Amino acid sequence: MKILYFAWLRERLDRGEEEVSPPSDVKTVADLIGWLRAGDPVADLAMQRPEIIRAAIDAKIVPHSALIAGARIVALFPPMTGG
Amino acid sequence: MAIRIITETFDPGAELNAFMAETAGAGAVATFTGLVRSDPVDPITTLTLECYPELAVSQIGAIEAEAVARFGLMRATVIHRYGTLRPGEPIVQVMTLASHRQAAFDGAQFLMDYLKTDAPFWKKEAAPGGERWVEHSAGDDRAKARWR
Repeated sequence: MKILYFAWLRERLDRGEEEVSPPSDVKTVADLIGWLRAGDPVADLAMQRPEIIRAAIDAKIVPHSALIAGARIVALFPPMTGG
Repeated sequence: MAIRIITETFDPGAELNAFMAETAGAGAVATFTGLVRSDPVDPITTLTLECYPELAVSQIGAIEAEAVARFGLMRATVIHRYGTLRPGEPIVQVMTLASHRQAAFDGAQFLMDYLKTDAPFWKKEAAPGGERWVEHSAGDDRAKARWR
């Protein structure tokens, strides 16, 4: 599965995307964020307030409770500032 | 309905004229153009917008469809730029076509209020003193909430 990062999350992680293979007990977006943080001190710091991070699965916005099974692309990003 | 996510600048007047080429008997067009703001007291040099284009198309498409259905718009167009822009340049333009003015005004305002919080763009200002990400505004959340 590919993960995309945007804005300050991308800058803090120093990468815009990465391929990951989370274990089977990582079922939701919240689980995925927790797993990413557990495996990398930089990610742990970058996502220290997971509640403000928004997520999309295959270009559709989802809540942190969404299941990631079958997802091709998961995007994680700060609150949007469009317009 | 139309959505354009672009990096190059655009001519707001020419876009409006093109939008009005087919009015199908409508009585009202509303246009809003958002510009790169620079406070004379605390000026910025550039505004860079980061974008997730695939999500922008799906999000703005859904917002447009909702605006058309809710206000009975005959047509709506959203143009949104990303990349590095200078003060005074246009960032975004929404145009709505309706039978009467209230629907055109409301549709344009609804579109802008939703674009602020639900369109996947992230703004970063560069100023003489450094760069900063523009923070998500609680006022924008309130502006969107009044449509619920």
